[in-house]
Amino acid sequence: MSSSILRRIRIVFSTLVFIFFVLVFVDFKSLIPSNYINTLMFLQFVPSVLKFYDLKTLAAGGFLVVLILTFVTGRTYCSFLCPLGIGQDFNSRIGGRLKKKFRRYGFKKPFTILRYTILAVTLVVTLVWGVYMITLLDPYSIYGRIMTYFAKPVIIIINNFLAGILGKFDIYTLSNVPVKGFPLIVYSIPAAFFLLVGGLSLTKGRLYCNMICPVGTFLGLISKISLFRIKFNESACTRCGRCAMRCKSSCIDFLKPDVDVTRCVSCFNCIHTCQDNAISYGIVSFKKKAHVTDESRRKVIVGTLFLLFGISRVANSQNKTAPKPKKDSTVKENKTCPVCPPGGVGIVDFNKDCIACSLCINICPNGVLQPAYKQYGIAGIMQPVMDYHKSFCTYNCTKCTEICPTNALHPLLLEAKKLTQLGKAKFIKDNCIVKTEKTACGACSESCPTKAVHMIPYEGNLVIPEVTEDICIGCGHCEFACPTVPYKAIYVDGNPVHVAAKKPENVQSEIKTPVEFPF
Amino acid sequence: MKRRDFLRTSIGGGLAAGAALKMGGFEKLWTSTSTAAKYDMVAVMGGSPDAMFDLGIQELGGMGSFVQKGQKVLIKPNIGWDVIPELAANTNPLLVKRIIEHCFKAGAKEVYVFDHTCDNWVNCYKNSGIEKIAKSAGAKVVPANSESYYQQIEIPGGIKLQKAKVHQLLLETDVFINVPVLKDHNSTRMTCCLKNAMGLVWDRGYWHSNDLNQCIADFALYEKKPALNVIDCYNVMVKHGPQGVSKEDIVLMKSQILTTDWVAGDAAAAKMLGVAVEKIEYIPIAHKMGLGNMNLDSLNIKRIKM
Repeated sequence: MSSSILRRIRIVFSTLVFIFFVLVFVDFKSLIPSNYINTLMFLQFVPSVLKFYDLKTLAAGGFLVVLILTFVTGRTYCSFLCPLGIGQDFNSRIGGRLKKKFRRYGFKKPFTILRYTILAVTLVVTLVWGVYMITLLDPYSIYGRIMTYFAKPVIIIINNFLAGILGKFDIYTLSNVPVKGFPLIVYSIPAAFFLLVGGLSLTKGRLYCNMICPVGTFLGLISKISLFRIKFNESACTRCGRCAMRCKSSCIDFLKPDVDVTRCVSCFNCIHTCQDNAISYGIVSFKKKAHVTDESRRKVIVGTLFLLFGISRVANSQNKTAPKPKKDSTVKENKTCPVCPPGGVGIVDFNKDCIACSLCINICPNGVLQPAYKQYGIAGIMQPVMDYHKSFCTYNCTKCTEICPTNALHPLLLEAKKLTQLGKAKFIKDNCIVKTEKTACGACSESCPTKAVHMIPYEGNLVIPEVTEDICIGCGHCEFACPTVPYKAIYVDGNPVHVAAKKPENVQSEIKTPVEFPF
Repeated sequence: MKRRDFLRTSIGGGLAAGAALKMGGFEKLWTSTSTAAKYDMVAVMGGSPDAMFDLGIQELGGMGSFVQKGQKVLIKPNIGWDVIPELAANTNPLLVKRIIEHCFKAGAKEVYVFDHTCDNWVNCYKNSGIEKIAKSAGAKVVPANSESYYQQIEIPGGIKLQKAKVHQLLLETDVFINVPVLKDHNSTRMTCCLKNAMGLVWDRGYWHSNDLNQCIADFALYEKKPALNVIDCYNVMVKHGPQGVSKEDIVLMKSQILTTDWVAGDAAAAKMLGVAVEKIEYIPIAHKMGLGNMNLDSLNIKRIKM
């Protein structure tokens, strides 16, 4: 095929994919059903690999589809399915508009050492220590964080503005949504990547994808044996160089002419731009294959060894700051362990599977999931943690467990979730209003869905909270509701490993249906 | 036997009056005698929430006694919890619907419904069944989840609570109808009329940390008082309130209390719950502050059994 229809298909398809990804990440009203989200996430490469590793089922085998796709068509994933890649294309377009003259990319030499080193280091770190590098570099996660941290608040502010105007006209279809920021420090990494990816794509096309992105580099390696490729009809080619100027990946050397398949993201712009119909996309002929560069392979090995030393130190220091889960909590006013979201099973388990894409933080209707900054240690930065000063976990909700693309949060049925103890409520009597002010309060017990927090007689007519820990599920509603400042009189101390809570027992009241008015 | 006969005749009388009203279209007659209600309180037992309201409001002279043509009405049910209607943590949706219908029949221009919920507000509005049924009855179901909807008011004479932020619709509407559901409450022992007003304000934490009982009574000082209180005692949560754990907490009481005096309403509700009025501290406080009458003996109460 040589017409520009391929390019059009790419633009339409990727735009649709991108729209869905935007909707999923700005859906602050949780309108999109979980199964739609899961369908969208199925083909995301890194999340799918992690989920497959966890579940070992083909139901999580989206990455296999991507691998086959890449084997057949090259890095189409990067242009058709990767939200960060598509987003960069949009940004490049804007960049092109800003530069009034036609922007020229032109052929550039690949950053071979850098990209293979990053890939190798990512692989090694992931296999040996955990998901830290993936968390940092997975394009889907980067995209998710940029949306969650920067795009969603903008959408909410627009929504609030519109809701305010509509409210003036007595229309309440839109409602005001309080904007709640995250701790400042967690913005640093998404902001850095936002600037890096945004800046590079604005002026240099897909340079991020071809220099840093480990997924891009990995799929590029597979592309070396892909069946369909960009091909030149050398007799028709006039060496005009238009294709190279339009190539976002800067991977067309028009003088040879040749395409660097490891960097080509199959955007088909070159086919569209070629006036001589000299470029087409089709099955490659393997008759005369350029000799495989042993060079790059060597560089991979050297780079890996080189960086192993450095990284091992970093990773070790990360391990030291990670929380050491304790069974018993003796320090009363300090949380000995953070509370990890339902379905996380346990902190260690959760930390090793979560790539901090922030989808759950986005989806949570209560906003109780917040990016961690120090709770899990440096290694767990940006992973979701339950922040009960901000909000609490809704009893009747399993949303976050339903959509986790890496299965770091396992799906929980509602009945199971209601009996999953994330942590235990701890009461600090000396902080409690009932003791300090000698007045009634009960905000904690009022909020408790299982009545693990209940009131017992205190002085005079007063009642004071008491906690039955084995039916507490650690939802944090008591902590959230407690009005004392700066320290709460009741707080949830996380369970290092989630356990089953006892079902609250209840007996029928002895009060009978009245037959007469008692007054 | 005499009492029963009395009840029978009164029911008969009520029905006859109702029939006369329906046939004769005498609503205007009633509206003209608006505040001259015969009873301080009407208590109904034995019917469905909507049927009991029909009877009760008739005894108070019809909704026209409270809502004038063209007025904006605020109906404030309890929608505080993400719980299904059967578990009675929220006001019965059928009752809310019927009240809205009566308001429109009396000529209300708009009817608004909201509550500042304790659980996630979207889930509360939805799972309580109130949002859907109120919308279908023509009311506007309004969010109350954000501070931007609230405005500062003064409460002159408040002992602990002198200022509060109340939902703007409390200020913008002409008539406020309080529709609490009677429930056990873990710390104040009971939640009903007076305590339901906590759903009108933004910062409840302040109440909890500054003598909850006094704050509840103080808020009743605020000039905008309910024109009518309709207490839903159909299913009553007698323990584990105000949220409840399971259906074992619920007792079917099939009752309803309508009154213009919310302190009296709370006193009657306390009896329904079987708690001594004095135990529910904010009731005697409000009584002493002159915000209502908790001595039910001195009130003219109409009791109806269906």
